[in-house]
Amino acid sequence: MTTTQIRQALPTGTWQLDPVHSSIGFEVPYMGGTFRGQFRDVEATIADGDVRGSAKVASVDVKDENLTAHLSSPEFFDVERYPELRFASTDVEGGEELTIRGEITIKGVTQPVELTGRATEPLTDAYGRERFGLTLETTVDRTAFGLSWNLPLPSGEPALSNAVTLVAGLFFVKEA
Amino acid sequence: MKVLALSGSLRRDSYNTKLLHAAARLLPDGAELELWDRLKEVPPYDEDDDVEPAPAAVAALRGAIAGADALLVATPEYNSSIPGALKNALDWVSRPLAKNPLRGKPVAVVGASAGAFGAVWSQAELRKVLGAMGARVVDGDVAVGHAPTRFEGDHLVDTELREQLAEVVSALVSETAQRSAGRVAA
Repeated sequence: MTTTQIRQALPTGTWQLDPVHSSIGFEVPYMGGTFRGQFRDVEATIADGDVRGSAKVASVDVKDENLTAHLSSPEFFDVERYPELRFASTDVEGGEELTIRGEITIKGVTQPVELTGRATEPLTDAYGRERFGLTLETTVDRTAFGLSWNLPLPSGEPALSNAVTLVAGLFFVKEA
Repeated sequence: MKVLALSGSLRRDSYNTKLLHAAARLLPDGAELELWDRLKEVPPYDEDDDVEPAPAAVAALRGAIAGADALLVATPEYNSSIPGALKNALDWVSRPLAKNPLRGKPVAVVGASAGAFGAVWSQAELRKVLGAMGARVVDGDVAVGHAPTRFEGDHLVDTELREQLAEVVSALVSETAQRSAGRVAA
């Protein structure tokens, strides 16, 4: 078993996302449960503490092609016009729990956002490369980005929550 | 640019069909409006019949939408809502959702009624349906109330309504041009 040590700041140097093992997804309360999805095609770089990342909206991964079509439509992400989600950090605050402040762009709308999470101490992987793990999370109001679709339940309550948690489980590999 | 026009009223002298003819005259050069007039031939939606080959009128409507750059729908209002024939035709077109030809297509909705309100509720419901189908529904509406007094032949004689119609047509054309430009760039 690998033991991981928590690191209280992002490591220096330039790090590229290992997209195969990383996931960037969302969790949203829906009709009494929590609906989850993720984006398959993602990129991210950390360069001297500056974090940038993006996800291709068309790669949204849910279990039904009709739901993919609905999420891609102008009622949700409007993939034709806004093909990418983006994040760029402005500052990183160290600690047991890291706080990464920055701006997130969804459906062409850019809003300030604060991500919190943990970084692990870099280790040498099975292929001789340095890598570390980073988990990040934040909650956004999807209606602030124009994703306002909803459906009233018989109770009058909306089916889909406006508060969406964005969850990232990331692996970064040091650039050679 | 080809704009397909769909009238939700089957009546020969339909005010909604007249409204579409009025819209056609407001299109810029290079844009043409084609009226699809086979709504009455579309059978009631039945999943058992939703197989290949599709009923002829359904296949024709799906093909006409796929071949158009944009859609303009004029709807009357029956019992505060969308006429059954129009909703039924859209139900056919919508399936399967992931492949329906309206996905991402710019659509505008206008309406006329003999009553005072000009089919506003029907238009609102139609926008909801088209949005659920994945269309890009253009903002702006034209509610031609007291329709029998607003037309001479198929000319919309009310200046204010004609200006509103011109605005909606212009928004539809601009949305469609933007989409085509994006596709060329991509």
